[in-house]
Order: sequence, then C-alpha cells, then structure tokens
Amino acid sequence: MQRPDFSDAGSLDPGSAQAAPPPGRTVLSAGDISRALRRIAHEIVEHNKGADDLVVLGIPTRGEALATRLVGLLAEIEGAQVPVGSLDVTMYRDDLRSQPTRAVGATFIPESGIDDKVVVLVDDVLFSGRTVRAALDALGDLGRPRAVRLAVLVDRGHRELPIRADHVGKNLPTARSERVRVRLDENDGVDEVRIVGGES
Amino acid sequence: MSNHNTFLIKGADLVGAGRQDLLIKDGVLAEVGKAAPKGATVVDADGLVALPGLVDLHTHLREPGREDAETVSTGSAAAAAGGFAAVLAMANTNPVTDTAEAAERVHDLGRACGLVDVQPVGAVSKGLAGESLAELGLMARSRAGVRVFSDDGKCVHDARLMRRALEYVKAFGGVVSQHAQEPRLADGAACCHEGELSGRLGLPGWPGVAEDVIVARDIMLARHTGSRLHIAHVSTAGSVEVIRWAKAQGIAVTAEVTPHHLMLSTSRLDGYDPTYKVNPPLRPDEDIEQLRKALADGTIDAVATDHAPHARHDKEHAFAEAAFGMLGLEQALQVVNTVMVQPGLMTWQQVADAMSVRPAQIAGLAGHGRPLEVGEPANLTLIDPSATVEIDGTQSHSLSRNNPWHGEKLIGQVQATFLRGRATLLDQEVITA
Amino acid sequence: MKHLLSAADLSHDDALQILATAEQMHDVQRREVKKLPVLRGRTIVNLFFEDSTRTRSSFEIAGKWLSADVINVSAKGSSVSKGESLRDTAMTVAAMGVDGLVIRHHASGAPLQVTQWVDAMVVNAGDGTHEHPTQALLDAYTMQQRLGDLAGKRVAIVGDLTHSRVVRSNLILLRTLGADVTLVAPPTLMPSGIADWSAAEGFSYGYDFDEVLPDLDAVMMLRVQKERMSGGYFPTPREYTVGYGLTRDRLRALPDHAVICHPGPMNRGLEITADAADEARSLILDQVSAGVAVRMSVLYHLLGGAES
Repeated sequence: MQRPDFSDAGSLDPGSAQAAPPPGRTVLSAGDISRALRRIAHEIVEHNKGADDLVVLGIPTRGEALATRLVGLLAEIEGAQVPVGSLDVTMYRDDLRSQPTRAVGATFIPESGIDDKVVVLVDDVLFSGRTVRAALDALGDLGRPRAVRLAVLVDRGHRELPIRADHVGKNLPTARSERVRVRLDENDGVDEVRIVGGES
Repeated sequence: MSNHNTFLIKGADLVGAGRQDLLIKDGVLAEVGKAAPKGATVVDADGLVALPGLVDLHTHLREPGREDAETVSTGSAAAAAGGFAAVLAMANTNPVTDTAEAAERVHDLGRACGLVDVQPVGAVSKGLAGESLAELGLMARSRAGVRVFSDDGKCVHDARLMRRALEYVKAFGGVVSQHAQEPRLADGAACCHEGELSGRLGLPGWPGVAEDVIVARDIMLARHTGSRLHIAHVSTAGSVEVIRWAKAQGIAVTAEVTPHHLMLSTSRLDGYDPTYKVNPPLRPDEDIEQLRKALADGTIDAVATDHAPHARHDKEHAFAEAAFGMLGLEQALQVVNTVMVQPGLMTWQQVADAMSVRPAQIAGLAGHGRPLEVGEPANLTLIDPSATVEIDGTQSHSLSRNNPWHGEKLIGQVQATFLRGRATLLDQEVITA
Repeated sequence: MKHLLSAADLSHDDALQILATAEQMHDVQRREVKKLPVLRGRTIVNLFFEDSTRTRSSFEIAGKWLSADVINVSAKGSSVSKGESLRDTAMTVAAMGVDGLVIRHHASGAPLQVTQWVDAMVVNAGDGTHEHPTQALLDAYTMQQRLGDLAGKRVAIVGDLTHSRVVRSNLILLRTLGADVTLVAPPTLMPSGIADWSAAEGFSYGYDFDEVLPDLDAVMMLRVQKERMSGGYFPTPREYTVGYGLTRDRLRALPDHAVICHPGPMNRGLEITADAADEARSLILDQVSAGVAVRMSVLYHLLGGAES
C-alpha cells in the first residue's frame, strides 16, 4: 500500500520541504495567499447573501487547512460560525485501478449535515478537474445540498472535465509538465505556492 | 551381433570393494575378475558402483483396484528404473490380498511383466479389518509363497489378533510387518506429525508416541511368542530406542526406514502441499538424525520405499483431506546415497545390506540379496554415485506424480539393473521384455 | 500484500492502515447511502466449503457496499466424497472471471493452496483450525476503539485453543500491534508444541486463569464445544467453567477498564457467564457491527488498487 498523494497538482512529498534552496519559483507568497483567501471569503458571503446555510468542506489534505482558514475569515467578516468538515474523495477517484491501493483519508461531515445546504468545496489546486468530479460523487452519496460551490487557491488550467471554480485565489497559467507545489503552514510549516519543473 | 543375454560389465566398483569386470551369462554371474568379451554386450561401468539387485520390502502397486494410480507394470518399471530387482507388493489393494488366489494373481502379474520379481504381501486380517485372521497359511502355501504379512495402511491394533498372527506365522517361517500406529492416539482427522509446526499450522496431528507404544507392545509380544516381528517404516527416535533395546535382548525384531523419513522433515508442511502428506508423517529433524544413526549402526535393518502412488485427484485436496503417501522407488537409492553414503555415514557394503541382503532375508527371497560371486543369480544394480541430478517428477515411470523430491537435487544416478541376467534398465532406459 | 491468508501477511503499517480505513468504512455504514464505488465492475465470490451465515453475510454486505458484484457459492461437504478436488472447484469458480475469492474451508491451509491454482485475490474467511484473519482484525478494531493504541496492552486469550482458528490470527495480529499476549487453557486444549512456539515467538501461556486476570486490559473468551468432552479434553462442563470460565467472581477480579471479547457464538454458562456478555465492558455486540466495516476495509485494500 502507498501513502496517498491527494493533490492533483502533483506536489512533492513533504519530507523534502526542508531542503534549501527550494526548487522552482515562488508564485504566491504568504501575504498573497492570505489576501486571496480573504477575497474568496468576501466573494462567498456576497454571493450567498450572508453566511446562512453554508457548509465548508475541505478536500484532504491541504483543502482541509484552507477550509478551516476560510471559516475563520467568514467568522471575522460575518460574525457567524459556519460549519466546517472534510470530504475524502479517495474512494471516488477514477484512477484507483491504475495505482496501488491508496490510503483512505478522513471524511467529517458537520452535525448539521449537507441536505439543503450550500456546500463550499475547498481545494488547493484545480487541475484536471477529476478530484472535484470525485468530490461531487462523494457528496451525492452523503446527501442532497441545495447548491455546491467550488473554491480553490490556484487554478492552473488543463481541465479534462467540464468543471470550473466559483472562487479562485489565483489563475496560474502553467505548462502541463510543470508542477504546482502548495505549502501551507498547517501541513508544511510555511505558506507559499511554487512552480517547479517544466522548461526552466 | 552381441548376445542380449551375455553382458560384460567393465570396471564396476563391486560394492565399493574395488574395480572388477563381471560377466553375466545364462542368468548368473559367470565370471568375476578379468573376463574377456566373448560376443557379450559390453557395459562400460567405469566410475559406477555395482550392488546386488535392490529389494524393496514395502511397495504399493495399486493393482488390482486403483489402476489409475499405478499398475503392476508401471510400478515394475519404476522399480527397475530405481535399481530394484524385487519388490514386495502391499496387500491394501481392492480386493485386498487376503487369499491365496489374490496373492497368486499379483505374483503372476509381476512375472508376466518381468521387470522385477513382484512378491505379494498377505494381509494379516480379512479385508484389513483388524478383526479376524486372513488365510495366512493358504497364502503361504500358494504359488506366490507369501512369507510377509501386513495390514499396512492400518495398524493391527488389537493385541490379541497381533499375538495370534505372530504365533501362527511361525509354522511357515512367516513374519508380521506392523504399521505401528495406535489408533486411539491418532484420531480420524489427524494428518501430520503433532508438534510445534502442526500447532501453528492448525493441522490435526498425531504424536510420535502413537508409533512408539505399538512398537514397544509388539516387541514384547514377539518376545512372548518367540516370533519374528518386522516394524514397517520406523519414523521416530522413540521407536529406534525400543528396537535397539530389543535387539540387544536378542528379540527377533527387524525394522525398515523409508527414504523420505531419512531426508524430509516436518518443515516441508508449511505450504500445506499434500505431496508431503504421508503416513507415518514426516517428523522433526531430531527424529531424522536418530533414524540415520540407527540405519548406519544396523538397529534399522533395511531401507524400504513405501512407494505410494496416488492419482492427482486424490492429492489435490485440502491437506487434511488428501491421500497419504508419496513415491519412492525411483529415488530411493539416490536418497540413500545423498544422505547416508556421501556424508560418510554408510559404506556401499552397508547399502547393499540395507537395500538388498537384509530385505531379501527378511522376506525369504532366496534368489535375491546374494553376494556378487561366481554362480550367483545375476541380480545387479549399477549406480553412478557422483552424478548430481535435479529430479523432475513429471518424468516418471510411475503413473502418479506425487514425488516429494521433484525439483530437489540428489546425488547419484542408477544406470543399469539386471534381473537374473536380463537387463531391465540399461543406460537409464527401462527395457521391457 | 496480494492475499490475506494469515494475520502474518499484515505488516504493522498494513494492520494500522486497514484499521484506520475500517473506521472510515464504519462511518459509511451509518449513512443513508451505504455505497462506495471503489469495487465497481469487480466480482467477488464467497466460496464457502463450510456454513457460516455470519461471516458469509458480513463479507457479502461488505462487498456490495463497495459496489462489487458478490456471488455466494456453497461447496459444502467433503470434496473428496463428491469426487471433485479442491483444485477443480477453485479453478471452476475462477474460470467465471473472478477478481476476488473469499474462502471458508473446514480444512486448514485450503485458501493458501487455492492461491497456487488461481490468479484471483484470496481472502481467508476461516480455514479449519488454522486462521481467521478478518476476525482478528475486527477484534483488534473493537479493542482499539475502547482501549486506544494496543501497544503494551495485556490481552489473554482463553479457551479451546487447539480447535480455534481465531487464536492464531489474534495472537499474531495482537503481537504485530505490540500487545502482550497470554494464552490460557487447560493443557489438553493448548495448541501442540506450545512450549517451543511461545519460546520462539516470545509470548506467554499458562494454565491458571486467575493468575493473569487482575493485570489484563482485555480478555478474549473462546467458544468451547461441548463435544470436546467426548475427546476427553476435560471431564465435565462444570469443571471447565470453574477452571476457565469467565464467571461472576472473575468479572469482579477483572480490572474495571478491561474489555471482554468473544468471537462467538457463545456458550453462555460454559465459557462465559450469562451476565458477562451483557456487561458494559463487553465488546461482543460491537464486534458484530465492526465486522462489515473491517471486511470492507480489507476488500478495499486488496482489490481497490492496481494489481501489485
């Protein structure tokens, strides 16, 4: 069995995070990330006309941290405690059969449930769209939300399915051969997004 | 034209005592020593050891009844390929060899085939049921001249029946060969040696002591009756100890050990391969060590194969449900060479004693197990003692494939076998009449 | 890990991962839509040579909730008597295009033997008096739920150890997870060669239940079949209960935090007092409900990914 690599951005294993100097170039700094999330939080509130009926679900691993931060920001902005949880999509992936068995992550649905709620799915990078498709299938088995919205920190393009994000921290044109590495304080001890590899 | 009944065997090491030429003519050893070829077929025996033709005290030929597993003919071919000139065919066929007619039938099938002398073993009890004596005397008086009686496959566990059998066979110089296994200590499901490994594997087993207690009981019965007792396939250190004591007391007990019990231990069971399911079961290394010692020091008189062919569909079951038994005729001499001669535990003279001379004496086969001297019947086995052979169990003269040495490397290759002057095996090829 | 034949096939990491996944599967069991798409298009055959409604239905539900097609094949009775060999039966079933075989057999080692004849993944659902690894996983799972990490925990397994398939799997798995295991039974019901085995593997065994009782974190009571009496393993049920039953007195001597397991079916009054099974400390009902989750996890780990 293999440890999972959930990010479809193809991030490197966190064990090499301490290696200096880090490879590639920084495209989002800690400040950029923080501003992007704040903007997303505002967009969510604006679109939803407040924080009522919102449920924020992060897709492991880094989507969970982002979801928690978003909920914190929503509390600041609206003074409302929005329920937050996590949605593991491992068992809904369409590439299970092509790789050794992946470890399953935790799914946690808040007490309030998701029926008739507006679920905001949160992930770090939107790439092929396959993770989001899996997440939508997983949601379908858990209940029936009134609406599902998608928030991502980075949209790097190269979609393989008809999926788009409602809230994007940064649109990042990339070459397919490049890898987008999102590192977050909660998981990696630092906040930054780098582009690694490709022709550079 | 060379004469097919005259063979000049050049330069064979006679029972390990030095190189000589042997001239075989008219079924006997015509000359030993310097012999000039007189139109004889020359067999180059440079580097080969010559032994008196081997005698197997314990073979299952399955005919009549299970001709899908083995026949007298296929079993005889396997025997010739293994260097045997005579085999004793056990009685647990269907029908059981418990009458003179049944014994004569097996005897005649063997003679008709002509590759080895097939000597039937008579059942001790009617139908091997362990209740009343079979017609031991009639079998002895029959054309087959049965002298060895055994319920092999089952133990004659009733002490009274065993006593009677031992007493009764004295009248015609018979011997009872006992499959020593106390049935109350080996319940119906038992399928292997009871010990640490069976505990781990969850296989119901039976302990060595189930054999030991019957060996001890029967030795005391043999002492009481003054009869000859033979212990078939001794497999435990405990049996060896008791037999050693009995021989020191002068009790008329003889014993045999199988090639597999000399070489294969319980450790083979960990893959649950029914090829290794055999009765008596494979035992731990400590037993194997004592069996080798006992064979070397003469406590155990003979090596006997317990060649037990089984059709695939009787072996390809769960271990506990598969048939007991493994092949032995073709590999017996190789195994003895590998585990006894090569390590220096036995000389070739001792091998000749254990695989020809003593078995022939125990079975009362006058024409077998004779010294390689002028005028003796030309029963002869030639083995290349140094060839290393990887055993291919799919290449067997037996109809069955339950060969526990498949894929194993053994030392020695039987090159030729002669039965009363006729080559039954030459250059490893079986020569049917 | 291609098959699950023995608890020994599980490394420490494998075992922890299966238990962790089982927890997620347990959640699935509580939702309205009890279905995951992971084994869609895969076919699993429950090949049962021996009846066991509980184990079979547990595997069946587990497979179905993972979206596999599950077929039950009963091959009851001795194949020897039917004239069909184990190899024939296994190959016939495998020829239907099966991805996974869940095998229950009355003879030890049969699932392992089958792996040499078929390509399908094989799960041992109990073989003779050998092993029952998924039972051990669910025992460990329920114990872990109450006791936390099992490393260093003291567990006694008590009862008919000779004829139990559960004891070997539990012993191996609990030791893989770092628990300290003691086997307790009368000498006639100890596995053969226990002295050498325990010395080689470093676990303990004993004949005195009361001696180990006060130090335990968990006690696992194994079923004792009344027919063992005819084999002379013990004189009477009464005598057995006095020596090795989890009686009221022993319940009092058992530490409060300790848990009680029984892989079932129970002989209330023989190896376990009627009260014990219903105690708060008893995991017996939890064990049943965990069965499906643990088997889902096992099937997912064996069949969910690419063939290794």
